[in-house]
Amino acid sequence: MANLQNNLLDIFYIDTLSSGGTWLHNLDPRAKVMTTLIFVGTVVSFGKYEIAMLIPFLIYPAVMLAWAELPVGYLVKKMVLLMPFAFFIGIFNPLMDREILVRISCVDVIESIGITKLIDIIGLLDIIGLKNGIGIIEISGGWISFLSIMMRFCLTVGAALILICTTGFDSVCLALQKFKVPGPFIVQLIFLYRYMFVLIDEASRMVRARQLRTFDARANMKFSMFAPMIGQLLLRTLDRAQRIHLAMCCRGFDGHIQMIRKTDFGIQETLFTAGWSFLFIIFRLYNIPVKLGEWITKFLL
Amino acid sequence: MHMADALISPAVGGTMWAVTAGLIGYCSKKVKDEMDDQKIPLMGVLGAFIFAAQMINFTIPVTGSSGHLGGGMILAVLLGPHIAFLTMASVLTVQSLFFADGGLLALGCNIFNLGFFPCFIAYPLIYKKIVRINTTLDKAEKNIIAGSLIAAILGLQMGAFAVVLETFFSGISELPFTTFLMLMLPIHLAIGIVEGLTTAAVVLFIWKARPEILNAASSSAPIGASSIRNVLIGISSAAVITGVALSWFASSNPDGLEWAMFKTAGIEELEAPEGVHSSLSKIQEKTAFLPDYGFKADESEKTAEIMPEQNESSWPAVDSGTSVSGVVGGFLTLTVAVGIGFIFKRRKTNE
Repeated sequence: MANLQNNLLDIFYIDTLSSGGTWLHNLDPRAKVMTTLIFVGTVVSFGKYEIAMLIPFLIYPAVMLAWAELPVGYLVKKMVLLMPFAFFIGIFNPLMDREILVRISCVDVIESIGITKLIDIIGLLDIIGLKNGIGIIEISGGWISFLSIMMRFCLTVGAALILICTTGFDSVCLALQKFKVPGPFIVQLIFLYRYMFVLIDEASRMVRARQLRTFDARANMKFSMFAPMIGQLLLRTLDRAQRIHLAMCCRGFDGHIQMIRKTDFGIQETLFTAGWSFLFIIFRLYNIPVKLGEWITKFLL
Repeated sequence: MHMADALISPAVGGTMWAVTAGLIGYCSKKVKDEMDDQKIPLMGVLGAFIFAAQMINFTIPVTGSSGHLGGGMILAVLLGPHIAFLTMASVLTVQSLFFADGGLLALGCNIFNLGFFPCFIAYPLIYKKIVRINTTLDKAEKNIIAGSLIAAILGLQMGAFAVVLETFFSGISELPFTTFLMLMLPIHLAIGIVEGLTTAAVVLFIWKARPEILNAASSSAPIGASSIRNVLIGISSAAVITGVALSWFASSNPDGLEWAMFKTAGIEELEAPEGVHSSLSKIQEKTAFLPDYGFKADESEKTAEIMPEQNESSWPAVDSGTSVSGVVGGFLTLTVAVGIGFIFKRRKTNE
């Protein structure tokens, strides 16, 4: 119960964040939904041993967080709390896949940094016996794919969180409506979100009432108690649904929810979507970290 | 049970998105046609009920852990399969957006695994076959318990099996198929028993308190064998079509695309008026698709074909030089990416 109440607080907080006033918040939701989907699609499209090419994608969450003035610490904390699932599936990779994929020898590292020009360090190493065999770091494929999984996790979860924190649920629904998602499903989503708060409140009142009256004050009840509790909640819910339905019929509900909100997919939206998509495609096609690294090491040499 | 984006491939995720989108469209149409859409508030509020009901926990005897109501089965019993599926889909959408419980690309998989099996397989083919409301009181009670239990367990087992299949076909996790299956099925057997018992208990309570609700639900959404067959045919054909289309992309994407990139780019570099050594190193740079780590066996053969003269060492694709530059470049990119974010932030606060 404590868990769900925390979740509820979380939703409230996200709701507050999503009502911020930056230009990013005011952007047409369709642009943000589309960009997020393209981002997630490109991130997961890499092979399972890819790490380097995933790094440039960090620029999207970094910039979006700054633009939207979102609290970074809160989102990072939320992400860390969510990590165990991906972690426990991913951690099997190092156990199963032990083939060595990467070998970094100290000699090569030293050579490439360019210290050799100053001192004859290789010769020194040769004397100590480090040149051959010792001083080589080997990494198995499993660890690399594990790291890759964790990076994908952070990027995709981060993108989803940023979407909801900058857009808000109603606007996401509006975007879905514009994307021609079937009407009943949209109405369903909006109702679910609207009444989630009401019903969670009701449930927590029932649980609290029981706790105050029982001699067994633990949060969890026995199964024999549980069934009538849920049943009662369900009956109340059905009654409430009936009242809502009647009230809405009185006000002329015809199966569609009208949302009055400014939506136009203008120049700003087009630039936003096209710009990010272009960047993601560049990141997907060209290995920027390696290019950069080669340039730097060449420069040093 | 919720799959994450990190563990699925675009081909699998896209296929399941297509299948789920088809199902949502089908159910929405069905709801519009068969029931007046003014009743939609009912399903929306019941979706919220699922969230609220999960706040109420009970103690599972002996183990000391706690259990709560699952989703799919109780909704199917109360609302019929079509509405139940839409409701499950909305619950999972909210979970994926707010709690990041399962990712956006994995949403299709999750809705299918947790919605399709209980609503369209377990409920009509198992629960409805066992439970007939119009029997004597004693018998009906036993039937409801047996029907909920079996339907919930089998529905979850099918869902868990689908999770394993989807993970396996994505090829991101190294877990062997059978090992993962042996992990998932027993865990979900336990969860299924809890879900079955809670479903049975709630259905029984409602049946005793307000039997007309259940009677209305079981009669209002008639679902014959033919309509199920249509659904299954539609889904399987959609899955095959998108699966084939996407797997073509998938197979041509990471390997073929980069292969093509090498071909075009590599030839250009060769013609560049520079020394042999530098152009060779550039070919190497082009071929190092996975720069700081080499290739698995089949791919390293490819590289061996490309550059036989560079293949003297026993680690054909592993080149420390590019590894180092990869690491250096990686850190630099990381710094740049985060740095740009900071600059924007700083500017914001200065304003």
